[in-house]
Amino acid sequence: MTYEAVVRVTLKEGVLDPEAKTIRKSLERLGFEIDDLRTADEYVVEFDAASREAAHDEAEEMCESLLANPTIHDYTVEVR
Amino acid sequence: MRVASRKPDDTRLHGRGAMSVAVLSFGGSNCDRDVVKALGRIEVPAEVVWYKDEEDVSESEAVVLPGGFSYGDYLRAGAMAARTPVMEIVREHVKDGAPVLGICNGAQIICEADIVQGAYAPNESAKFQCEPVNLRVETTDTPFTQEFDEGDVIEVPIAHAEGRYVPDDLEALREDDRVLFRYVNENGEPTDEANPNGSVDNIAGIVGETRNVAVMMPHPERASHESLGSDDGLGILAGFEK
Repeated sequence: MTYEAVVRVTLKEGVLDPEAKTIRKSLERLGFEIDDLRTADEYVVEFDAASREAAHDEAEEMCESLLANPTIHDYTVEVR
Repeated sequence: MRVASRKPDDTRLHGRGAMSVAVLSFGGSNCDRDVVKALGRIEVPAEVVWYKDEEDVSESEAVVLPGGFSYGDYLRAGAMAARTPVMEIVREHVKDGAPVLGICNGAQIICEADIVQGAYAPNESAKFQCEPVNLRVETTDTPFTQEFDEGDVIEVPIAHAEGRYVPDDLEALREDDRVLFRYVNENGEPTDEANPNGSVDNIAGIVGETRNVAVMMPHPERASHESLGSDDGLGILAGFEK
């Protein structure tokens, strides 16, 4: 069966996010009041797998081997 | 696009007593020829080698991974190039004790390949930074700094957007004396102002556990002639002299 995995890669807590800081400043300049802003990269991957669990495992493997860098990133996987 | 490479029988650059250096070119590498030219100034034979010409890389005695934007910096700078088959050959060279140097994008590739520890994140300024910087030589126990004295301050330019070095284990780097260069001011002090990208502990370059592999964001090939403002980079490239 074909599954769709949505992978979200974010900077680990404590790793400075200069892009987020810049975007936040711009939003504030436009008059928005912001408590916090973080950036994330999202990848949507379609592939065949034996089960939802297998699809989840494989998507995690994709994160470990390429999509995220464990030194600076956290990731989440959602299979649908 | 394939970059024209020098044929191995091209003897113009083959000086005596120096090793043959493969300067690896990926799609998007753009400092490959500059590195070959800079190595030529100190009579180190070098040629640009396309990353798919794996045999040429195997036969080389040393490797430089030059700067540029391999794979358009897609995903993360260096991430895709780090996972090409040629990197296994580079890994073997490192194991065999051959000098291997990653400059800028080449440094990002070597980190992404996990040949040395750490990762490069976007500059603290969120801008592309292109400027000369002062580097303090932190260890001379590597092929790339043996020409210097510890504490020497040299000038080499940077040009990058993702150069903020984040180590996995800073203590290990310090304890093993594996920090190669730190960003410093004119007086040789590693201040926040002298840190162009927010690198942890002002780290501008490190060596791997075996000390024959080094990564650095500054470009030694761009400091290879007085007319460029500095020729301090030649002392680093001298690591490829036998």
